[in-house]
Amino acid sequence: MLTLAEVCEVLDASVLTGETSLQMTVYTACGADLMSDVLAFTKERTLLLTGLTNLQVIRTADVSDLSAIVFVRGKVPQSDLIEVARERKIPLLLTRYPMYEACGLLYQKGLKGCSSAPVMHHG
Amino acid sequence: MGEPVLSVVFELIGGDFSLAGDASSRVKRILQQAGIPAPVVRRAAIAAYEAEMNVIIHADGGTMRLEIHPDETRLTVADQGPGIADVGQAMQEGYSTAPDYVREMGFGAGMGLPNMRKCADRFDIVSAVGEGTRIEMVFRHNGPA
Repeated sequence: MLTLAEVCEVLDASVLTGETSLQMTVYTACGADLMSDVLAFTKERTLLLTGLTNLQVIRTADVSDLSAIVFVRGKVPQSDLIEVARERKIPLLLTRYPMYEACGLLYQKGLKGCSSAPVMHHG
Repeated sequence: MGEPVLSVVFELIGGDFSLAGDASSRVKRILQQAGIPAPVVRRAAIAAYEAEMNVIIHADGGTMRLEIHPDETRLTVADQGPGIADVGQAMQEGYSTAPDYVREMGFGAGMGLPNMRKCADRFDIVSAVGEGTRIEMVFRHNGPA
């Protein structure tokens, strides 16, 4: 597990929204551009890394109880997405690393994927 | 099953992707405020979103009805869409008729209906070509995850 602050450090990421939530802990991560897969296979409190920037990404994060979103390869999300993220209090991070490298860097720091981690229930 | 403790109906507008997911997000918040257990809320919210996206993608419009009963939550999503010719085929993982622009949004992978069935404790679908599709899902508050 890592805190969002540690995720930022590892990925040299900037915080688009959610500056006050950087002490939040993430237990697992998932790299995906397919929101259908995120909806079907992720656990709650997961960090999503994605290259998609449309509104459906934040809707998916909201209903799936994801912790935060990292946009990879320097992509900046659409303004309507940012607005919903603020409203739903889901932190958004931006990194220049492409998907594979961003995932690899976090995995190297011990952040596991959704298939290997124990199920955690948080209220 | 008697009268629900709470019943809300959301209108869904086909093709309006700026609002796609808004009803499901509201469903989630209502369930949270009602004190439904978090794992049940998550399963219901995910299933609601999958169903809502299907209406936005495939139909002109439809409705999502949320009913909270003491022991279970029911979601009924009905649309005036093209209907599904072969429901058995549509229930298979990976089968999709969604257009490319939907795939570019990260959807249309053919996982929606199977995922709804996985999330719900009971899942029923009735569809008629040219008339529409109706999905009923039940989420037991103390049911299996």
